Amino acid sequence: MLRLIAQRLGLGLLTLFAASVLIFAGTEILPGDLASAVLQNSATPESLAEMRKELGLDRPAAVRYVEWLGHAVEGDLGRSLASHRDVVEEITPRLKNTMFLAVYAAVVAVPLAVVLGLMAAIWQGGIYDRAVNFVTLLTISVPEYLVGYILIKYLSVRLGWFPSLANVTPDTPLLERIGLTFLPMLTLVLVVMAHMMRMTRASVLQIMASPYIEMAFLKGLPKWRVVVRHAFPNALAPIINVIALDLAYLIVGVVVVEAVFVYPGLGQLMVDAVSKHDVPLVQACGLIFAGAFILLNMTADVLAILTNPRLRHPR
Amino acid sequence: MNARQAGEHVLQVDCLRVEVRTDRGPGPVLVDNVSFALRRGEVIGLIGESGAGKSTIGLATLGYTRRGCHISGGTLDFDGRDIRQMTAAERRALRGPGVAYIAQSAAASFNPAMTLFEQVCEIPVRHGMMSVQQARTEAVRLFRELELPNPERFGERYPHQVSGGQLQRAMAAMAMAAKPDILVFDEPTTALDVTTQVEVLAAFRKLIREHRTAAIYITHDLAVVAQIADHIMVLRHGKTVEYGTAGQILQSPREEYTRRLVAERVAGHTFRDDLASAETPILEVSNVVASYHSLLRVIDGVSLDVRRGDTVAVVGESGSGKSTLARVIIGLLPRQSGDIRFRGDSLPPRLAARSRDQLRRIQMIYQMPDVALNPNQTLLEIIGRPVQFYFGRPREQVRARVLELLRMMDLPEHFIGRKPGELSGGQKQRVGIARALAAEPDLIICDEVTSALDQLVGEEILRLLKRLQDELGLAYLFITHDLGTVKRIANKVVVMLKGKLVAGGETAKVFAPPYHPYTELLLSSVPEMRSDWLDEVLSRRAQTLQAMRDAQIQLVP
Amino acid sequence: MRLFGHRVPLTALIGLVIIAVNLITAIGAPWIAPFDQANVVGDAWGDPTSQNLLGLDNLGRDLLSRLIYGARMSIGLAFVITCLSFALGIVTGFAAAVLRGWVDTLLSRIVDLLLSMPTLIFAFIVLSVLGTDLPVLILTIAILDSTKVFRLSRALAMNLAALEYVEVAQVRGEGLWWVIRKEILPNAAAPLIAEFGLRFSFAFLFIAALSFLGLGVQPPNADWGSMVRDYRDMINLDAMAPLYPAGAIAILTIGVNFVVDWMLSIHSHAHGDGA
Repeated sequence: MLRLIAQRLGLGLLTLFAASVLIFAGTEILPGDLASAVLQNSATPESLAEMRKELGLDRPAAVRYVEWLGHAVEGDLGRSLASHRDVVEEITPRLKNTMFLAVYAAVVAVPLAVVLGLMAAIWQGGIYDRAVNFVTLLTISVPEYLVGYILIKYLSVRLGWFPSLANVTPDTPLLERIGLTFLPMLTLVLVVMAHMMRMTRASVLQIMASPYIEMAFLKGLPKWRVVVRHAFPNALAPIINVIALDLAYLIVGVVVVEAVFVYPGLGQLMVDAVSKHDVPLVQACGLIFAGAFILLNMTADVLAILTNPRLRHPR
Repeated sequence: MNARQAGEHVLQVDCLRVEVRTDRGPGPVLVDNVSFALRRGEVIGLIGESGAGKSTIGLATLGYTRRGCHISGGTLDFDGRDIRQMTAAERRALRGPGVAYIAQSAAASFNPAMTLFEQVCEIPVRHGMMSVQQARTEAVRLFRELELPNPERFGERYPHQVSGGQLQRAMAAMAMAAKPDILVFDEPTTALDVTTQVEVLAAFRKLIREHRTAAIYITHDLAVVAQIADHIMVLRHGKTVEYGTAGQILQSPREEYTRRLVAERVAGHTFRDDLASAETPILEVSNVVASYHSLLRVIDGVSLDVRRGDTVAVVGESGSGKSTLARVIIGLLPRQSGDIRFRGDSLPPRLAARSRDQLRRIQMIYQMPDVALNPNQTLLEIIGRPVQFYFGRPREQVRARVLELLRMMDLPEHFIGRKPGELSGGQKQRVGIARALAAEPDLIICDEVTSALDQLVGEEILRLLKRLQDELGLAYLFITHDLGTVKRIANKVVVMLKGKLVAGGETAKVFAPPYHPYTELLLSSVPEMRSDWLDEVLSRRAQTLQAMRDAQIQLVP
Repeated sequence: MRLFGHRVPLTALIGLVIIAVNLITAIGAPWIAPFDQANVVGDAWGDPTSQNLLGLDNLGRDLLSRLIYGARMSIGLAFVITCLSFALGIVTGFAAAVLRGWVDTLLSRIVDLLLSMPTLIFAFIVLSVLGTDLPVLILTIAILDSTKVFRLSRALAMNLAALEYVEVAQVRGEGLWWVIRKEILPNAAAPLIAEFGLRFSFAFLFIAALSFLGLGVQPPNADWGSMVRDYRDMINLDAMAPLYPAGAIAILTIGVNFVVDWMLSIHSHAHGDGA
């Protein structure tokens, strides 16, 4: 089993490496020339040549990739083309904000979704279950900005309970921060919870329909023991998988939600960088997002291995 | 539990009725007006085809029904109390210590995340009858009694770490752990290979006899129930057809349905002795070797030949390579070496290299008619396509031919516009046969064609195949694991074990002494209706296994 | 009500009506809309009147007309992207399933690679270099999205090819095209149509999200996503303006999902009791 986990970790690293190649190649090999993209309409042949030199574009791509990766590993992500500031300095406070929001949303959404999904599974076919089924089918289709603006309109503008803008600064105290980011958190929770609940319900139902659960009931065990001792350990792996996948989705949701609430996070930074063609910054943000995505997927796989009795106790 | 006298009823079921409850009121009735009584130490066999309601009755004695069903009538008197009137807590107390259940598939019924000890000890410990330590000691004792390997440590394993036969016995230990008054066996040997079934069956019988437990034994196989039951109830569509002592049901059945069931089982023990004329063979398989991904040889040096009018059976247990042999002959899996000659010419190994005429002359009938017929096509399309494809007939002639084939299959002509979803399993299999015949083949390969069907339906299919052979002079290559079928339908047989032929020739000779040891093992494992069969097999088994060791044949790789 | 021999549940019926209304709006925009989408007909943020049912927008244009024309852009764009991604995904997916060997390995690895990153992030990287012209947007999203179609069609083709009735046709000597047309496609139709719906709603939401972030459809063209962006500040004045386009996006997606849900349930039943 240790070998399997090691294999999975190795595969994760390999994927990360492949993603870094992809990110670099995406910004280098594509037919658009970086220098002309940066200069846009103000480009003259001279300024173009100068810009190419400044960007180091006169050297082969492979060499520049090795350099870029080497620097990235050492924690040097280059300088922003737009602000000429160090990318790491630019990113760090934004990354902290985004991590805060994502963790905040996850801490609220995961237990809530798992418990509500479990309840739907236990009362399968009942009114609560049908209501959950219908509501989640609705909310699963609703884009983040609609949820966000409805929350702003009613909870913020009409009722004035929460601020509509989440303008935090690095020295905002934690409690105030939690209040300021309440609406963005709620938006993310609402958007991500529907899917998590549906999947939790589905995986528990699948386990509850298996013959060994029927057997447990036929052994005269009370329902709580059947659910806790027989069903839950087996449902754990699929539920963990769902949570990890949905958290990976959260990463994308964060980008849109930050825009709705004008929250100074990594997503906003990346969107700005894309519109300004600030390639080093885009590469760095892309690397971080991809890394988080790969890490979550890898965690899901490793936990699935750890909770599988067939792998934990080989023949 | 209470000190009950032998002879007193532990369970009395009266006019039991179980029905499906749907959103729109009452649904179909699964069990209708079934009554029986069970004494201590007595075994009642419930027998019937699929849909007879036998499992539903078994579960009802635990006060349990599957999702959507409910007990709607009758009484289930256990130890003076009606199970239907019990509270949820009383019912829980009944399940395990009162009535215990042994399911068909042990592999699916054991929780994969718990050790065997945890699961076997759960009933006595959770019902407060023993401490964990006492329960463990009891479990070890039962493991030893059931002849499980290394009984002291056996329970420390997880379900996926032991074999199917062992797991089935472990389930019996789990049911016995709290010394229940009644054991319910629900098709407990059906999922096992025939050679494993004998030992598990013997273990169950010993357990019941030594503990003098009452038992309900559910199966579709009369011969199995003959070994173990005192009384037999024959069920059909949820109703009792006949109920009597085992001897009466087996020797002098009163009802027509029971007579047919018994006759079918007895017929399996008479040989077909006609032999095809000594023409040259139409199919000669010589020394064929084949494998998937060129790693392990699935077929290793197999030879056989088939003449016009022959039925050659290929028998073996799961994993013997018998179905792979069919795929090699048909060309779906190219052979690696050896030769297959058909009507004198060597068949190309690959399907794509064979001529249309060669393809037409070898047809195949499949095990699962559900997946062998395209659900989106009508019978006209399914059966008509080979007619059109091979003979290029115009539309009216194709239709006329399809109608003719439907008549030959005893299917009504108006079925021509139906789709497979509207037919029963037996009817679908007839369509599969009609499709094969539409190509006017010389050889038909039948891959386990009756094993997905109920006993009597399968019997009709076999009779149909026999009739067609007599009328059309077809040759069959009959792949099966059921030796009863082989004796009845095949004039020649080859026995396969792990990809190799171990015996072959005329059925009457292969299946008569002097046997090959593996053939003997297989043959002796097929349950017979005599009630002393199991004792006889067990006494001979040691010799057979010794002979296999001498011949250096290993069953488990 | 029944359709193609299947009972249509209420939710699916609602979905079908929503889709039909949206399609008619998108196609008939010039005839349905009371004003042209670019016409300034009054003051910025004018209140709703009997002529301007939803009021005016940030430049004084009729909001309802903008919304109707926006349907054209949003739905048309998503439709083109979905068709492209489908064509690409099905051809490569079926090719991988039929040809197997190195073709399958190569295509599968490429798809694994493209899926190793969130689609949005990947799209950002491409757009940062290539800019946000419509053809670039269409191609980028179509290629990224085709990876999911590839996986589905490959799995479908492999599963169906292993079924015995397909094997029967092969053994009969039928040609590859006949087998695909008569035996595989009719049985793959329901999941593929459902997948088309799923892919459409994905492309539709994706392009709307990009537009909302200012990286999608650029002015003077308007789609619902960019309308949300243009009107978003009004939310602080308790106005409905940004909620109309956002709501339109949500309603169409819900409609499509209702129909997809129904199609998937048909497919899972079809193999049980025969349609």
